[in-house]
Amino acid sequence: MTSELATRPSGDSAVLSGRADGRQPLWRSLARWETGLVVVLVGVLIWASVKSPTFTDPSTLFYIGVNTGYTAIMALPMTFVVMTGEIDLSVASMLGLAGSTVGYLWHHGWNIWAAFAVALAVGVVGGALNGVLVARFGLPSIAVTIGTLTMFRGLAEVLLGSLTIPSLGDQQFPEWLTNIGVNSIPGSQLSWSMLLFVVLAVIFGVVLHVTPLGRAMVAIGLQPEAAKFAGIRVNRMKFWLFVLSGLISAFAGILVTLQQASVSYNVGTGLELNVVAIVLFGGVSIFGGRGTILGVVLSVAIVGSLQMALVQLNVSADKQNIVTGVLLLISVIVPNGAAALRRARDYLRRRARPRPL
Amino acid sequence: MTAIAERRATSSVALTILRAREVGLVLLIALVVIVTTVHNPHFIDSNSIEQLLSGAALIALLGVGETLVVVTRNVDLSVGSVLGLSAYVVGHQFKYDHIPVWSGFAIGILVGVAAGVLNGFIVTFMRVPSLVVTLGMLYIIRGIDGVVVNGERIDPEYIPTSFTAVGYKTLFGIPWLAIIVAVVVAIAGYAMRSFRASRDLYAIGSNPAAAALAGIHIQRRVFTAFVLSGALAGLGGALFLALHTQIDNSGGIGYELSVIAAVVVGGVAIFGGSGTVVGAALGALLLNTINQALVASRISAFWNQAIAGALLLAAIAFDRWLSLRVTKTLQSAEGAHRDI
Repeated sequence: MTSELATRPSGDSAVLSGRADGRQPLWRSLARWETGLVVVLVGVLIWASVKSPTFTDPSTLFYIGVNTGYTAIMALPMTFVVMTGEIDLSVASMLGLAGSTVGYLWHHGWNIWAAFAVALAVGVVGGALNGVLVARFGLPSIAVTIGTLTMFRGLAEVLLGSLTIPSLGDQQFPEWLTNIGVNSIPGSQLSWSMLLFVVLAVIFGVVLHVTPLGRAMVAIGLQPEAAKFAGIRVNRMKFWLFVLSGLISAFAGILVTLQQASVSYNVGTGLELNVVAIVLFGGVSIFGGRGTILGVVLSVAIVGSLQMALVQLNVSADKQNIVTGVLLLISVIVPNGAAALRRARDYLRRRARPRPL
Repeated sequence: MTAIAERRATSSVALTILRAREVGLVLLIALVVIVTTVHNPHFIDSNSIEQLLSGAALIALLGVGETLVVVTRNVDLSVGSVLGLSAYVVGHQFKYDHIPVWSGFAIGILVGVAAGVLNGFIVTFMRVPSLVVTLGMLYIIRGIDGVVVNGERIDPEYIPTSFTAVGYKTLFGIPWLAIIVAVVVAIAGYAMRSFRASRDLYAIGSNPAAAALAGIHIQRRVFTAFVLSGALAGLGGALFLALHTQIDNSGGIGYELSVIAAVVVGGVAIFGGSGTVVGAALGALLLNTINQALVASRISAFWNQAIAGALLLAAIAFDRWLSLRVTKTLQSAEGAHRDI
């Protein structure tokens, strides 16, 4: 199944259409997943503006940023991890653990910046634990990160218990920091978390699509053995990607703590599946090796605006769940449906051809 | 002759080690029980043993279905949502249609089968990765559940007592719930060892390409595995209702990860091809025993999850170590026999 998809790049069609330079015909390069996402995004925006009168308010952009920003940030390292054929289900628990770490230290009178530093360090250590188990011991990442998902969330619970920080008698978090959940960036409607996402997305996009590092990730995802023989340090790369994922998730934890101006141990529970859904809907293959940061950014925009529109239209959270699930199914059925049609067509053509004697 | 005999011998050694997996789990469970009982004698009260078994039963039941799917190198993340939906539908039927008790189970299973057919169809016919499909279905079914439930809660007075009896009545101190699940595990365990169709599942999981060349109907078998997993999740929904005697839209949330954890601890390889349903059921029992033991040892409940996670990691790592050793043993045995 995988190999069939992998051996059907558009390259052979360039040969078939007689283009010696190997360039793809224009319609091929337009028929990309990202093009479909742009169409969907435009459709969602038009639909939302027609249906919800408040959607066209400038402040909508700010609220989308506040609601989606921290999830979107975690989708970036997740993209890298999935590109190499692995998965990190512990991201949301790491977000909770980092937030709880900040809360715990603040509760014990630490300086806020020191608390941030420790939380980020926790992210690095947690990511390294995933990385060691996956890359060094060769354990399946889906099993490992379900384990660390449970463990990180458990540690967060150990730190805070049933407390919500700031609890009674605590100081509030510094107001100029928690304001990122209230005020947009001066002169725009962009929330700080969205700005951070955009900046990070540019960096991640450049790394993935322009640098040897990114090519190495693609190579690992497509064919780990071959990548190894080509001199790519597969395990080292995977290790550092898990560390990166832990670090960024911890950062998202700090962000969400500040945005909400409070933290309890269960913050962001279950968010890992949303992050995975965003990445997959963005066209990143679960088998690795295929996908673009542009696709993930478009996916974030679609999911973010759709959710906002549904909230504005008072659509229940349950129906939002259905929408998320359907999007996810569409993202895999549409490309594979085309492949299924191709299979059927090839079969019919073979049948139509006269049999050799 | 001797070569064949020798190979038989080595493979039986390997088999013994693999089989020791279940033995190891039983020993671990016994160890946890003994250590905890030393600290707190109340741990083996009949009451808490009942709790232990009932608590593990649902996860074990879902673990059986999950095992069928996982050995084919697939995964079913939708089981928790299916359980929740099925439990509510059954409760709803009891409340508004006053259906007979037996049909409660039938309806639960039917709901599960419907979900399993949908999962299986999309995965096999459209040839889409099951992780993505069942993740999508997790959301969709949970959403449908919420829409159907619409904020209602089915209260205990609407559930027939002969139905909830399954949840609280016992036979020789063993809850009926656990007995039902044990029967399912026994049947599935026998089938997985002895039936051709179920051996095909292992073949598909260990090497899909080879299985296809061997003439196995991969898509058909995988489809069946998803349907059975759905059916068991649906049955689990009915049993969930019998155990908790009330249901809203939150039944079974997060079960999928507990089920996969139990399956993995039970020795089912997440990349398919090996593992038993008995192992999965014991995995569920072990995880639940540990949880209860932490409670009984008066370790702060806040530690439960952290320890459960660490144990899960230990189990996976131990598995890997074990399989490396088995491979090594087999390789050295083969090397020795080439010398002859």
